[in-house]
Amino acid sequence: MSPRAANPPVPAATDPALIRNFCIIAHIDHGKSTLADRMLQITGVVSDRDMRAQYLDRMELERERGITIKSQAVRMPWAVSDRAYALNMIDTPGHVDFSYEVSRSLAACEGAILLVDAAQGIEAQTLANLYLALENDLEIIPVLNKIDLPAADPEKYAKELADLIGGSPDDVLRVSGKTGVGVEDLLDRVVERIPAPVGNADAAPRAMIFDSVYDSYRGVVTYVRMVDGHLNPRERIQMMSTKATHEILEIGVSAPEPTPTNGLGVGEVGYLITGVKDVRQSKVGDTVTTAVKPAAEPLAGYTEPLPMVYSGLYPIDGSDYPELREALDKLKLSDAALVYEPETSVALGFGFRAGFLGLLHLEIVTERLRREFGLDIIATAPSVVYEVTTEDKKTVTVTNPSEFPTGAKIAEVREPMVKAAILAPKDYVGTIMELCQSRRGSLLGMEYLGEDRVEIRYNMPLGEIVFDFFDQLKSKTAGYASLDYEPAGDQAADLVKVDILLQGEQVDAFSAIVHRDKAYAYGVLMTGRLRELIPRQQFEVPIQAAIGARIIARESIRAMRKDVLAKCYGGDISRKRKLLEKQKEGKKRMKMVGRVEVPQEAFIAALSGDTEGKEAKKK
Amino acid sequence: MGSALPLGDPAPLDGLLPPSAAVGAADRAFGVYVHVPFCRVRCGYCDFNTYTASELRGARQVDYADHAIAEIRMSRRVLAASGVPARSASTVFFGGGTPTLLPADDLVRMLGAVRGELGLVPGAEVTTEANPDSVGPDDLRRLADGGFTRISFGMQSAVPHVLAALDRTHDPARIPLVVGWARDAGLDVSLDLIYGTPGESLDDWRRSVDTVLEQRPDHVSAYALIVEEGTKLARQIRRGELVGPDDDLEADMYEHVDDALGAAGYEWYEVSNWASSPGHRSRHNLGYWRGDDWWGVGPGAHSHIGGVRWWNAKHPAAYAERVTAERSPAVGREVLGTRARETERIMLRTRINEGVEIASLGGGGPEAVAGLIADDLADAKAARAGVLTLTRRGRLLADAVVRRLLDD
Repeated sequence: MSPRAANPPVPAATDPALIRNFCIIAHIDHGKSTLADRMLQITGVVSDRDMRAQYLDRMELERERGITIKSQAVRMPWAVSDRAYALNMIDTPGHVDFSYEVSRSLAACEGAILLVDAAQGIEAQTLANLYLALENDLEIIPVLNKIDLPAADPEKYAKELADLIGGSPDDVLRVSGKTGVGVEDLLDRVVERIPAPVGNADAAPRAMIFDSVYDSYRGVVTYVRMVDGHLNPRERIQMMSTKATHEILEIGVSAPEPTPTNGLGVGEVGYLITGVKDVRQSKVGDTVTTAVKPAAEPLAGYTEPLPMVYSGLYPIDGSDYPELREALDKLKLSDAALVYEPETSVALGFGFRAGFLGLLHLEIVTERLRREFGLDIIATAPSVVYEVTTEDKKTVTVTNPSEFPTGAKIAEVREPMVKAAILAPKDYVGTIMELCQSRRGSLLGMEYLGEDRVEIRYNMPLGEIVFDFFDQLKSKTAGYASLDYEPAGDQAADLVKVDILLQGEQVDAFSAIVHRDKAYAYGVLMTGRLRELIPRQQFEVPIQAAIGARIIARESIRAMRKDVLAKCYGGDISRKRKLLEKQKEGKKRMKMVGRVEVPQEAFIAALSGDTEGKEAKKK
Repeated sequence: MGSALPLGDPAPLDGLLPPSAAVGAADRAFGVYVHVPFCRVRCGYCDFNTYTASELRGARQVDYADHAIAEIRMSRRVLAASGVPARSASTVFFGGGTPTLLPADDLVRMLGAVRGELGLVPGAEVTTEANPDSVGPDDLRRLADGGFTRISFGMQSAVPHVLAALDRTHDPARIPLVVGWARDAGLDVSLDLIYGTPGESLDDWRRSVDTVLEQRPDHVSAYALIVEEGTKLARQIRRGELVGPDDDLEADMYEHVDDALGAAGYEWYEVSNWASSPGHRSRHNLGYWRGDDWWGVGPGAHSHIGGVRWWNAKHPAAYAERVTAERSPAVGREVLGTRARETERIMLRTRINEGVEIASLGGGGPEAVAGLIADDLADAKAARAGVLTLTRRGRLLADAVVRRLLDD
């Protein structure tokens, strides 16, 4: 057997029978990137010298966190029985926030490698993606990775995998991405087991966009899987969702560097460059066809990305607002799911209300703003989307507590629900159920995976999950539990808006929509935090939590009694005057809520739950 | 006097003042401050410019009076050359450090130089600070004979554990003794107290105030302990060995001393100062708060003449080198602009019971004062007479009041 293909199939002229399109389904840190690297090396597309650890994860942030945010596709030649094949490995994002992208990546494949750490077993997200792959009729190749680790228990987890997908534990391949053991067998298995793509070469071209990446030099690079027909260089193409047309400036395959080709044919995977500058013009899931003779029907499965979580983004230094706007405008070019609009807050000044696919997406965006744009920003507590109907039959979509109707009587509030799946060792079942019940979850079912691990499924409000749920879950299970969730409609719930008032003035950034049973706890928590963080004033300051006009919790900051320098003689005067001038400057940065002066740091600390951040108070 | 020198412009080598310093000089009182930068031990809370024998790097205590006298001579020349009309000093104040660590004769000699070079107005107030354990009856008599009129004892507390926390070495039993000797010598007596020392209770403080009242001094100063960066005390608090002062307790202590002194017939005339009669107020210190002129003699001393402030080299050795070379010991100065002078005027005058004329506060003044009265910070009766003075609550929040008055 010659592992490296001597005469690899030529792109744009490859018989679909020689193509294998597959992806790798794996949990973060189960070694997907390392295995992918090893495949690139063994198939010879990346020379050993150029090998860079985790070649496919391009963004600095991705490499650092060991997760893949954006997928790409690589074409690798591989020969089995002297026949050269073209293997397209499509790298999928591995996080729940990006499940739509995952579904499109899966739709571009005929098969998937189910990669599981031989020392840890399958995780909730992997399981969710596996179900997704099975729904898409993908051929699954089960693989245990990291068999070189001393803690590896391949017998146990091979059985677990066999139980999950059927077949015998002996069918589960055992590899080590690190040492390369078993990787050649795996490549052979991909060729043998994964079906070749099928499509109509003579039909009008249809290609599905499974990823769209902004490159500051080349504009948007669109990754596609050809289904029918053929796309050619310089051809004018049409995006079927918008009917917008563009000219192909470059078409090619990643091998893994972009390599221009004479086009792409049925079953092939490659990229297009049209010169557009915004990923919104090249949407994941959309169908690309030719402008001259467009296809009649787009490929199934396209949807617009829908933000699930909203948060206010504010610059810590108010004068950075224009920079923040510019940075978001730039990020938007590479992030089709990011939406935002200007927002003003009494406590935080000028900022933006931004919508995200989920918490990780929110975290990635704020992290990129900090890192790539050097901005110091604060994100307010994440909120989900509520539908509020008033008694006069008007329905308002609320993405921000400030939009919660106050005048009219509320007839009904609907909140988004998710189906959550939690995988954990069986010893934690009680703890997890307790946590889920306290977050208004209702148990859907529970199943054992192998002997000691359990999958617990709950129906839960998304609003409960975005509020600190994952951290709680991790800390209550010593980090063992993993979580996945998917949207599951909405439900009516007894939700109220709790406002926080400082000396009778509402502080918008602290309003929250919570279940009536939890309103009191939220009120006590926030008023307590603010009492710790807001410096004493010359007068007593009441801090109240209220539902409408009804006060549900109250704290107060006692009046400051002493603020005077005891000694001010000849040698103290200059120093004292300079101190006063400095305090006057500092006062300009104070936020005024009515007559109450609040240092911005106090608001920020209260929002981030950092009650230790008492520096603000010690002025 | 805090030890860190402010940032300013370099001072000219000849010490000459810009012409603006002379404007209106005839209307301002003139005082002389003489700094004596020596202590036997350094107290844990103190960041003043003072040195123990081991810290002096060859600057000898016995030569100090000569160096100070050299600067006093220089002061006359500089003032005259700068066009500032000659004025006799109406007050002289020896502070430290511990002035009484020097022989009484040295102090008298320095006072003589002031009298000879600059002149003393008849009835001038001449004060020295003193440590209760560094003076005896003979010293006090010699000082009185030499022209001193007033002595201020750094008593700080009557409670041994509080004195220990402050590193003060004197025996509280010495207080009645030294006060008696000072009275016998014909000196007015002031006692200094510190409150808010780590470990000091409200009861401890009452005991100290009672002890002061038993002595019937002419004048009392009571200062909240200031924890200065760089002191041993600040380090002890940072390391958690001592608990720092609590604002509320200090406010209680201030209210107590103000009540007790008021009941005993003393009247407050500055945030931290009370006198048994208007004639016993510290005229020298009032000069600072009224924006008068003074020349500060000695290492690290600050001076102010007509909106020009300067400060001398800090270390006694550096100071000695300059004055013996007949160079100005000043190392930095600032010429205050209109705005800075106004800030200082408001900042200082609000501290004293003479207060600030509301009409002088500018357009927003009356409105700001109305707000202060509403918050029980300014005295309503005085305001009706056109003067802003602080209520007791206002005195405790004087810095906040000043910030409000300075708001644009």
